Amino acid sequence: MTILNSKIPEDSLAEKWAKYKASAKLVNPANKKKLDIIVVGTGLAGAGAASALGELGYNVKNFCFQDTPRRAHSVAAQGGINAAKNYKNDGDSIYRLFYDMIKGGDYRAREANVYRAAEVSNDVIDHFTALGVPFARDYGGNLDNRSFGGVQVSRTFYAKGQTGQQCLLGTYSSLNRQISKGMVKMFPRREMLELVIIDGKARGIITRNLITGKIERYSAHAVVLATGGYGTIYYLSTLAVNSNPSAAWKVHKKGAFFANPSFVQIHPTSIPQLNDYQAKLTLMSESLRNDGRIWVPKKKGDKRPPNEIPEEERDYYLERRYPAFGNLVPRDVASRAAKERCDAGYGVGDTGLAVNLDFKDAIKTQGKKAIEDKYGNLFEMYETITGINPYEKPMRIYPAGHYTMGGLWVDYELMTTIQGLYAIGESNFSDHGANRLGASSLMQASGDGYFILPYTIGDYLADEIRTPRISTDLKEFEEAEKAVKERLEKLILINGKQTASSFHKRLGKIMWDYCGMTRNEKGLKKVAEKIKELKEEFWSDLKIPGELYEVNQELEKAGRVADYFELANLMVIDALNRTESCGAHFREESQTPEGEAKRDDKNFAYVAAWEYTGENKPHQLHKEKLEFEFVEVKERTYK
Amino acid sequence: MNIKLKIWRQKNAESKGAFVKYDFDGVSPEMSFLEMLDALNKKLIEEGDEPVAFDHDCREGICGTCGMYINGRPHGSVQGITTCHLSMRKFKNRATIYVEPWRAKPFPVIKDLIVDRSAFDKIMTAGGFISTNVGSAPDAHAIPVVKEKADIAFDSTICIGCGACVAACKNASAMLFLSAKVSQYALLPQGRVEAKERVQAMVLKMDELGFGNCTNTGACEAECPKNISLSNIARMNREFYKAKIT
Ligand SMILES: Cc1cc2nc3c(=O)[nH]c(=O)nc-3n(C[C@H](O)[C@H](O)[C@H](O)COP(=O)(O)OP(=O)(O)OC[C@H]3O[C@@H](n4cnc5c(N)ncnc54)[C@H](O)[C@@H]3O)c2cc1C
Ligand code: FES
Repeated sequence: MTILNSKIPEDSLAEKWAKYKASAKLVNPANKKKLDIIVVGTGLAGAGAASALGELGYNVKNFCFQDTPRRAHSVAAQGGINAAKNYKNDGDSIYRLFYDMIKGGDYRAREANVYRAAEVSNDVIDHFTALGVPFARDYGGNLDNRSFGGVQVSRTFYAKGQTGQQCLLGTYSSLNRQISKGMVKMFPRREMLELVIIDGKARGIITRNLITGKIERYSAHAVVLATGGYGTIYYLSTLAVNSNPSAAWKVHKKGAFFANPSFVQIHPTSIPQLNDYQAKLTLMSESLRNDGRIWVPKKKGDKRPPNEIPEEERDYYLERRYPAFGNLVPRDVASRAAKERCDAGYGVGDTGLAVNLDFKDAIKTQGKKAIEDKYGNLFEMYETITGINPYEKPMRIYPAGHYTMGGLWVDYELMTTIQGLYAIGESNFSDHGANRLGASSLMQASGDGYFILPYTIGDYLADEIRTPRISTDLKEFEEAEKAVKERLEKLILINGKQTASSFHKRLGKIMWDYCGMTRNEKGLKKVAEKIKELKEEFWSDLKIPGELYEVNQELEKAGRVADYFELANLMVIDALNRTESCGAHFREESQTPEGEAKRDDKNFAYVAAWEYTGENKPHQLHKEKLEFEFVEVKERTYK
Repeated sequence: MNIKLKIWRQKNAESKGAFVKYDFDGVSPEMSFLEMLDALNKKLIEEGDEPVAFDHDCREGICGTCGMYINGRPHGSVQGITTCHLSMRKFKNRATIYVEPWRAKPFPVIKDLIVDRSAFDKIMTAGGFISTNVGSAPDAHAIPVVKEKADIAFDSTICIGCGACVAACKNASAMLFLSAKVSQYALLPQGRVEAKERVQAMVLKMDELGFGNCTNTGACEAECPKNISLSNIARMNREFYKAKIT
C-alpha cells in the first residue's frame, strides 16, 4: 500500500509557503534549457503554468483538444475571481479568505493548501492587471469588487459576466509570448489518451491527432495535467460539452489516486432544462444573487404569472431560512433549498422544476442602467435562450451539475501519487473540500499554474538535470501506443447500433437521479447496478462510423464515454463509503432535523483517495487524515 | 417541423466537397441550430451514414468554436449571436437551409464544416501580448485607469475569435479581429509601452498569412456575433500610421 505523504511543511500556517519557497531546490538557467515539461491543458491552470515555465527557461510542450488554446473551458467562467486584496476595507484578509474556503468546503479541505491559495490570490490579480485584463473599475479608476455566496465581504474581481474569458485571453496572450520566443511549443487538436511511465516516473504521453487520427508520442522529464473537471458526467451540465475526465482517468489507471470523486458541485442558478434535445445547461452566474432575490409562491402549484403574485404571497425561502446570508448562501445550500421547494410542489414553470430569481427590487433601487452594467451580457444570454426578458420578468432557474471538487489526489507540491506527474486546476482535488465557493476556481487554477507549480516542479526537476532527453523509441512508449490503438480499434469494431452520446445521456440521467444533489444507500446501490448494465450494453451495441486515421468526432466521444462509465462507478463507491453528509455530498441518512447536512467528523474527517487495482477489481481506499490546527471545526451554519 | 438541409460535405482537406441534401423531419422549434445538427447526426449514424463534422464546445456563445454559413451568412441571419445560440424558431417549416464552412483562403477546410483557423493564433503570437513576467507585476491599484477608457477597452476585448468577420468579408480581411486586440492594448496604460512594435508586427503577420485588405464595406461588423465595432479598425489605422512615422 502506498503511504499518503502530503508533504505539508511543518511551519506555522502563514510561513509554510514562504519557507517552502526559500528552501526549494533550484535549477540553474543553463540546465532548465535541457529539461522538457509536458503540460496538458490550456485553461487558466495549464496555459498559466506553460507560460510561467516558459518564462523560467524550460522547454514546454502544451496540449489541448480544442483548435486553439484560447477556447479552453475556463473561457466560459462568468462571475469573477477572488482575491484577498481588501480594497473595499471591509475586513478581508488572507486569513479570512482561507477561513471562508475551509468553512465553505465543510471542513474537508487541507488547511495548508487552502491557505497558500489565498496567499497567492493577490499576486494573481496583480499579474492579470499587468497583462491588460480589463477588470471592472470604479469612477476613481480603481478596481471594483462584488460579493459571491458564502462570504460577507466583497472580494470578487470581475469583468462583467465574462471574467473567465478575460482572464483566459490574458493568459493566452502570455502563452503566445512564450510561443513566439520558442519556449513553448503548442499542440492543439491533440487528445491525450495515455501516460507513459518509465522506471516509476511520468515521462511522456500518447495523444491522438484529432485531424489526422495519428497516434503520437511525446516525452518529457515531467508531466503536468491541467485538464479540468468532470461535471459533464451528468451529460447535461454547465460545462462546455467536450470537457471530459479522460486524461485524469487514464493516469488514475496508471497509478494516480483519485480523491473524493463523489464531491460534485451542483450550481443553484442555471437555466432549467427546456426540452429533451438539449446538449447542455446554461449557467446564470452566481453574481446575480448579489442583486436578485430567489422566491417561489407560498401557495402550492400557484400557476399565476410571477408579476401577478403579490409580495405577501411570495416565499423568499433563502432569506427566510438563512437570514444572515440570505440569497448569498453557498451553492450547495442554495441548490438543496431549491430542490426541497420544488420537490414539495412549490416549483414554478411547466415542469415545476424551477424557482424565480427576481431583479424587480434591484432595478427599482439602483435603476436599470446599473443592473445592465453589472449583468448586461447575462441578461441578454437569458433572453436569447428562453425568449423571456429578465428586466421585466423574473428569471427561472434550477440547479445543474457544475464543478468537481473531487479529482486527482496531489500532495502539497501538487504532485500525484505518480512521481513526476502533477495535477493542477480543477483536475486536482485540493482546495475546495466538499463544496467550492464562487469565484475561487479561477483563483485556484491561476494560482496553481502561475505561482505554485513553477516552484514545486523545480524542486523535482533539480534532481533530473542529469537525465538526458527521453527517447520516444523506448519500449514503454511503444507499449503505451499499442494499448491506445488497440482500445480505439476495439471501440470501432463493436459496430452496434447506438451512438456514444445516447449512452452518455442515459448515464447522465441515472447519475443525476441517484448520485446528484442528494444520495442514499438504496439509490446508490441501485445505480451501481444500472451503470454496470449500461456499460455492458455500451461495449456490445456502440456504433462509431468512420475510421481511426481521420477526423472522427464519434470516436472521440466514445472513448470519453467509456471512461465516464468507469468514473461513474467510482463516484458511487465513494458516495456509498461516505455515510456522512458534508458540503455538496448530501447523504439523506445524515441530516439535522432542519434538513441541513450533518457531518461525522469522528469517522470522516479524511480525504478518500482511491487506488485503481485492475480491471474489475475493487478500488482500494487510502485515507489522508485532515488535521485542523488553525481553525476550529464547527457546525457549518449560514443562518 | 421539416427542414430541407443542403450541407457542404467534404471528406478532408484534399478532396473536393459538394452539397448534400437532407430532408429532415425530426426538427423541433425548441432546438438550437447545433442541437438540430446533433439530431441529424444521430439519425445519420443510426442509418449507417457518416455524421456531419462541425466544431463546437461551450454552446453558450463564448468560446468561439462554432461557426458556419447558414444561408450564406456567418452564424445565420440573427444579429449578434453565434451559431450555437441560433434557435430553430427562427426558421419556417419546410424551409431550405444551406450550411457551409467558412470560405476564406487563410481558413482551409479540414472536413465538412470544420476549418483551420490557426492563422488567428499566428497573428496573436506575432504581438498580441504585453511583455510582463509572472511575479513582476506591481500592485493592481498602482496604475488607475479612467473608467470610460476601461469600458471602451472592455468592449473590444470580448472578441471570441470565431472568424465570422473574415468569413463575412469579400476580401477575407482580418482587420476587425486584429484591431480589437490592438485597441484593447492601445487604450490601456499597460499596453502603451509596446504599442508601436505590436501593431506593426501584427499587421505584417496578417498580410503574410494571406488575409486581404480592408475596403470599408462593414460586413465584418454586421456579422460579428459580439458586435465588435468598426471604430476599432480606425483606431488601429491611427496606431499603425503613428508607429510608422515616429
Ligand atoms: C459556466 C461556468 C462558469 C464558471 N464561472 C466561474 C467563475 O465565475 N469563477 C470561478 O472561479 N470559477 C468559475 N467556474 C469554474 C471554472 O471556470 C473552472 O473550474 C476553471 O476554469 C477550470 O480551469 P482549468 O484550467 O483547471 O481547466 P479548463 O479550463 O477546463 O481547461 C482544461 C484544458 O484541458 C484540456 N484537456 C482536457 N482533457 C484533455 C486531453 N485528454 N488531452 C488534451 N487536452 C485536454 C482542454 O483542451 C483544456 O485546454 C465556472 C465554470 C462553469 C462551467
Ligand atoms: S460553441 Fe462556443 S461559441 Fe458556439
